[in-house]
Amino acid sequence: MMSFVIPLENITEHDQEYLGGKAYSLGVLLASGLSVPPGLCISSNAYDTYVRTTGLMERISMELNRKDFHDMRWEEMWDASLRIRNMFLNTPMPLALVSQFKEPIERTFKDRPVAVRSSAPGEDSAKVTFAGIHETYMNVRGVYSIIEHIRLVWASLWADGALLYRQEMGLDVTTSSMAVLIQELVCGEKSGVVFGENPNDKSQAVIESVYGLNQGLVDGTVEPDRWILDRESGRVISHHAVRREHIVALSSTGVHLETLPPEKREIPPLKDDEVACVYDLARKSQEVFGCPQDVEWTFQNDTLYLLQSRPITTLSRERSPDDRSWYLTLRRSFLNLKKLREKIENDLIPDMVAVAEELSRKDCASLGDNELGDEILRRSRIYDSWEQSYWRYFIPFAHGMRLFGQVYNDTVRPVDPFEFMDLLATSDLISLRRNAMLENMADLVRKENSLARALKEHGDISGFTEFTGLMDRFVDTFGDLSCGAADCAYGRDSLLQVVRELAIRPPGKAQDNIDDAGELTQDFLSLFDGEMRDFAAEILDIARASYRLRDDDNIYLGRIKRQMILARKEGMNRLQRRGMQLPLSITDQDLARALNDPGYVPQPSEEIEGGDMIRPLRLKARQLTGQPASRGVVTGIARVLEDADDLLRFKAGEIMVCDALDPNMTFIVPLAAGIVERRGGMLIHGAIIAREYSLPCVTGVPDATVLIQTGNQITVDGYLGIVVLA
Amino acid sequence: MDFTLRKVNVKDTQKLTEQLHELFFTQPLAVLSTAGNGQPYSNLIAFAASDDLQDLIFATTRATRKYTNIKNNARVSLLIDNRSNSVSDFHNAMAVTSTGTVSEIPEDEKTVFLTTYLRKHPHLEEFVMSPTCALMKMKVEKYYVVRRFQNVMVLQIE
Repeated sequence: MMSFVIPLENITEHDQEYLGGKAYSLGVLLASGLSVPPGLCISSNAYDTYVRTTGLMERISMELNRKDFHDMRWEEMWDASLRIRNMFLNTPMPLALVSQFKEPIERTFKDRPVAVRSSAPGEDSAKVTFAGIHETYMNVRGVYSIIEHIRLVWASLWADGALLYRQEMGLDVTTSSMAVLIQELVCGEKSGVVFGENPNDKSQAVIESVYGLNQGLVDGTVEPDRWILDRESGRVISHHAVRREHIVALSSTGVHLETLPPEKREIPPLKDDEVACVYDLARKSQEVFGCPQDVEWTFQNDTLYLLQSRPITTLSRERSPDDRSWYLTLRRSFLNLKKLREKIENDLIPDMVAVAEELSRKDCASLGDNELGDEILRRSRIYDSWEQSYWRYFIPFAHGMRLFGQVYNDTVRPVDPFEFMDLLATSDLISLRRNAMLENMADLVRKENSLARALKEHGDISGFTEFTGLMDRFVDTFGDLSCGAADCAYGRDSLLQVVRELAIRPPGKAQDNIDDAGELTQDFLSLFDGEMRDFAAEILDIARASYRLRDDDNIYLGRIKRQMILARKEGMNRLQRRGMQLPLSITDQDLARALNDPGYVPQPSEEIEGGDMIRPLRLKARQLTGQPASRGVVTGIARVLEDADDLLRFKAGEIMVCDALDPNMTFIVPLAAGIVERRGGMLIHGAIIAREYSLPCVTGVPDATVLIQTGNQITVDGYLGIVVLA
Repeated sequence: MDFTLRKVNVKDTQKLTEQLHELFFTQPLAVLSTAGNGQPYSNLIAFAASDDLQDLIFATTRATRKYTNIKNNARVSLLIDNRSNSVSDFHNAMAVTSTGTVSEIPEDEKTVFLTTYLRKHPHLEEFVMSPTCALMKMKVEKYYVVRRFQNVMVLQIE
């Protein structure tokens, strides 16, 4: 049997398939005389032994086979990835492996800091680079900590990004494997990358450099100086200097961002002769491998170390013809999230509130037809631009919860990988505040029989001033029950209907989770010391903001959308009064044109009908699998939400079955006994709200709204994530 | 709010039917459960399925307990699965529980069922042709199809 641990200097060609490209290349470069920091490779056989002897392999298979991959959203892949990561965290390394690793690691590194890097076979193939998808851990010290981090690097074989690109990477539970490279950490004064060939111009080479460690450059936190060189002569064609402000340096564990000392800010990190040295390194590496290389390097005490070398890829992920590369950009660093939060809280939300207010002050009914047409177009443009901001800033900020989840799981190692959500549930969500106000109104109805009777008979309620006062306040604060759909901006009647239905059932409210969360928070923070505790508190704070915004952002956006819908409605009404038959799907442009030009008759757009799509007759679901998004079990009658009116038909005690629960629909959640959602995810709105109300919830049930029908008796098992149909 | 429905495709039913054909073709044995005096009783039988999946065919001698049970209570259940009896079954295996009623195939209808049966189990010819052996037909009402450990669909046979 080959050894699991191979020093870089002993690597032979035969080892390539067990060590992955990264480790193998470094071995070759070391043998050719370049300065490479000392390192050890853990062969992929060790991974195989670990997952087979511990039974992890089947657990990973089960997790990834819960549903068809094609039905899996990116968020569900992240959830699966987190569960798998937690399996690795909670599955100790077998003693037989520990005893193989221990002696060579101790001998090679003693107590010096190392980097623990992935070296997956196929990770750096010449066609596509998947660099950055798997994990690297910097500044790890001591044999046991190193062994811990080997497991974490192994777990990253199943990172969300890897699952997204599973086909290209040939990811397969039974055959995929991961080697690990442990490298002495060279604490360079300046570092960077060099592209032996500029991907955009084959006659050039590119060097990028920053002060401090490479981490800041690689993850985009620190902007590098850039030199363009002539490949043939090595002559510098141009140097692009930047504002140098930060530096990534070692902290007691890991790395952190520091302010760059003023004296360094004016000086480029590389001198002319150093630029030449770096380029020479790229050329030497190219000589060894026979093709242009992308090389990471660092300078320490005037010695230039080569840290990594891989072929330059011609096909980049960014050019792949789908949105997966966009999903990858959602993994944000802590620093990036901090900046994002400031922008969202200080700029974007106040702007959204102001825009919605500005729009609501303009009464569409008082506008002439031409003006109304223009106003419809204006509102639609405003809404579109905010929708783009939503995708650009708000969606990525949701990563705050995920990043915290990872830190929490690494530190606490809970059995339930989603325990961290309990610490976030202290937040003050707008949709919950709105529901609390509805509940207050329902309380008045419960107490006053005459009010209940008036509501039931649609009689006059103006005498019930306390109630109407509450109602006015509700409408002032939240608008009415606009639910954000094109045909849905409810009036007061709908609001009354919901309140009446709420009053039928006993009073209920969202769970007060604050005590639990407080205790968990203390437990969590007590696991950190000194500066790390500040970091932990800060990342928790960001996660809470992320949790809150995940919900509130839809409501702010909903307010703008409502103003757009009101203008459209006014336009539609006017045209209908002229006797026009209008399709609901009429575009804003057509609407505005028809208002401006009385002779113009919009043509109905072709309705798209699914050809052979029918409801299944002979095939019936008996038990459906999804994700256990909120614990508990309940049996009841299903109501499938197919259109906006179903919200108003919802009866207390029914189980809500929907495609995707939006915060603008949350007002009926207090009526529901459980929630089933087609859209999958543990951190999505439906899951968050269900936990707030302690309702059993299963998300990610493929075809839920088709396989389950209104009136079916169903059991929602929020422990196992299954829905059983009677 | 997105109320868009993704209607289940007819193809889903077709796909499932194909998977059942494949399973019934590759699995020679199944577990038959009968009941006698309130006591469930299970045993392994060699079975074959009709092309339209309406009938499951098997053979038994008339002196057996299962034959007696069926004569008294024709309602049975037949379990067909592709488990390898290893841990990978939890994500890989498919199990089909069929329910319905069994009757003995009369002589004049026997030919076509016998052909189907012997095509799958040619080595059982001598056994089936014995005068003591009865060829049985289970009229299936429902197939309960379990996949991915916990996903259960019911296919109603009309």
